Amino acid sequence: MPVLVVFFVRYSALILQYQSTKSKRNMMREDDARLMTGNEACAEAALVAGMRFFAGYPITPSSEIAECLARRLPQEGGTFIQMEDELASMAAIIGASLTGVKSMTATSGPGFSLMQENIGYASMAEVPCVIVNVQRGGPSTGLPTLPSQSDVMQARWGTHGDHPVIVVAPSTVRETYDWTIKAFNFAERFRVPVVVLLDEIVAHVNEKIIVPTRGEFEVIDRDRTTQDPKDYLPYALTDSDIPPFADFGSGYRYNVTGLSHDETGFPANDPKKVDLLHRRLNRKIERYRNEIVHYKTELLEDADIVVVAYGSTARSAYRAVRNARALGLKVGIFKMFVLWPFPYQELDKLARRVEKFIVPEMNLGQIAHEVTCAAKHEVAQVNRIDGGLITPDEILEAIKNVSV
Amino acid sequence: MFPYEKYLRRNKFPHIWCTGCGCGIVLKALLRAIEKSKIAKDDIALVSGIGCSSRTPGYVDFNTLHTTHGRAIAFATGLKLAKKELNVIVVTGDGDATAIGGNHFIHAARRNLDMTVVIYNNYIYGMTGGQASPTTPAGKKGSTAPYGNIEPAFDVSALAIAAGASFVARSTCYHAVQLDKYIHKGLLKKGFSVIEAMTPCPTYYARPNRLGNVVDMMHWYKENSIPVEIARKVSEQEKKEKITIGILHDAERPEYCEEYQKLSARIMKTDNK
Repeated sequence: MPVLVVFFVRYSALILQYQSTKSKRNMMREDDARLMTGNEACAEAALVAGMRFFAGYPITPSSEIAECLARRLPQEGGTFIQMEDELASMAAIIGASLTGVKSMTATSGPGFSLMQENIGYASMAEVPCVIVNVQRGGPSTGLPTLPSQSDVMQARWGTHGDHPVIVVAPSTVRETYDWTIKAFNFAERFRVPVVVLLDEIVAHVNEKIIVPTRGEFEVIDRDRTTQDPKDYLPYALTDSDIPPFADFGSGYRYNVTGLSHDETGFPANDPKKVDLLHRRLNRKIERYRNEIVHYKTELLEDADIVVVAYGSTARSAYRAVRNARALGLKVGIFKMFVLWPFPYQELDKLARRVEKFIVPEMNLGQIAHEVTCAAKHEVAQVNRIDGGLITPDEILEAIKNVSV
Repeated sequence: MFPYEKYLRRNKFPHIWCTGCGCGIVLKALLRAIEKSKIAKDDIALVSGIGCSSRTPGYVDFNTLHTTHGRAIAFATGLKLAKKELNVIVVTGDGDATAIGGNHFIHAARRNLDMTVVIYNNYIYGMTGGQASPTTPAGKKGSTAPYGNIEPAFDVSALAIAAGASFVARSTCYHAVQLDKYIHKGLLKKGFSVIEAMTPCPTYYARPNRLGNVVDMMHWYKENSIPVEIARKVSEQEKKEKITIGILHDAERPEYCEEYQKLSARIMKTDNK
């Protein structure tokens, strides 16, 4: 069967459903309407966020991001390079970011595994950068052309050591646009690698989106030092826990290393200094978690069941919740935009008045486990790991099951 | 007296290298080459991977980047492309550049990206305790080759030439004067330059192989190195197990940054029409 037909059959319901909910609001600005895929939206939004360096290695289902940027970056005076592998891609974007240029790469599961080493380096050396992982079925080569959400834990814990990371997971093309910009803002603001977790559905679905105008979103640039170079401490302990940055080659000759280091940026073994560094690295995300954690709730006021969803699965969850409401079931939704830091406190609070949780996800319960930790009781799961998307009916069935 | 002090981070000494290690000799040659090139300290980025040689950046007053094992050239690629006015120098070892980082090494050479790579080749992984590397000669011992290495060794310079580097030279720590001359030429060369510096590791290479102390190793370099001009005239048998030193390759090839800038200018011009 031709690929396009398969594609249409698989996604048409989702596309139509999403369009109908948004169309009224968007009537006003049809001029700005564009039809694009999640991958295109990601690439365009990155440019709007100021990204001017992309290094990547082709991998399905992320390759369109590289293809789009290979065309667009030279037009914008930026740099695109296809590296020899994902290890090199990750290394190159860190190198570029050290000169002060916003940088990113895009990949899928197998490539994401290869990037983990240098994602750890970016965490340790506090180099802002964005890594897009368009999830496909795994482990190993898995299902290259089919969706999955099974890299949620790899995004959090893929590299070794205790390390800070921020992970966002959009559900729609428009959300991909917005959250790619926000991902750069987080990276710049907190000097961390930020992972944008797409999945094959969000990446490849074509949707009409209203491209936001410049005034509708914020673009943040990293805080740069104004100190005299001779006084500059690249990893200074500051009130904010986020040391001001100096671009490589701007007159501040400092050292960057993946070794545990002190404020000067040079290797340190002294337990006190090592402890200070690692506690600060992790604290700088923990203390700002309220600026980072983002979710949306609907129909929770009277609900006794809540569906916790993210990524493309959230789209099916919305439909399932509406259908369940039509049947008189009191169900609401907790839709996450940011997976890490995880909204433990918020879900804990919710669990005090709503007892029944359902977590649909295209893995065997990676987020369900975290929801269990937050709610402190077992949650119902809807899981698929066969490359198929989770349908509204499958979630509705789970809602019916827990409601009895 | 050469003004080494100008380039050193004095408060980072004493260094971690063993007595008799060749890393300091290569470092001094590098500094002499930089001084001669008149490149300002602010305009130099010195990038390294992991290993003994890769500790060099910590001791010198440039923009210094100590990266992950084998990835120095890939980090350096990002630095150079994002800030083309930087003079990017990579210091790396035989294991770092040709084992774990072999892929990055050959591809940067293929692109002919403008940077200078100084490879400290001591035939061994020194930092981790003397394990065999891709340049350990066949038959020689390492801690992971206790019965003698059964693998053939890489010829690092030949690898660089084959992969497309535009300037390739080799010298030894005994021939330190030539070493800084070649590094200087590499710095001036527009394109991917590789300088292979043969360095003694008396601790982990000489000891298990009963090659004596560092003085013996220096004598060995002296007696077993042949200038490339002579090497080209003699038979393969005569130069077997000898080190060919000199400028091995010097060619003009399109350089990556320049090619990218041309492309970018062409695209932006087309768009503005």
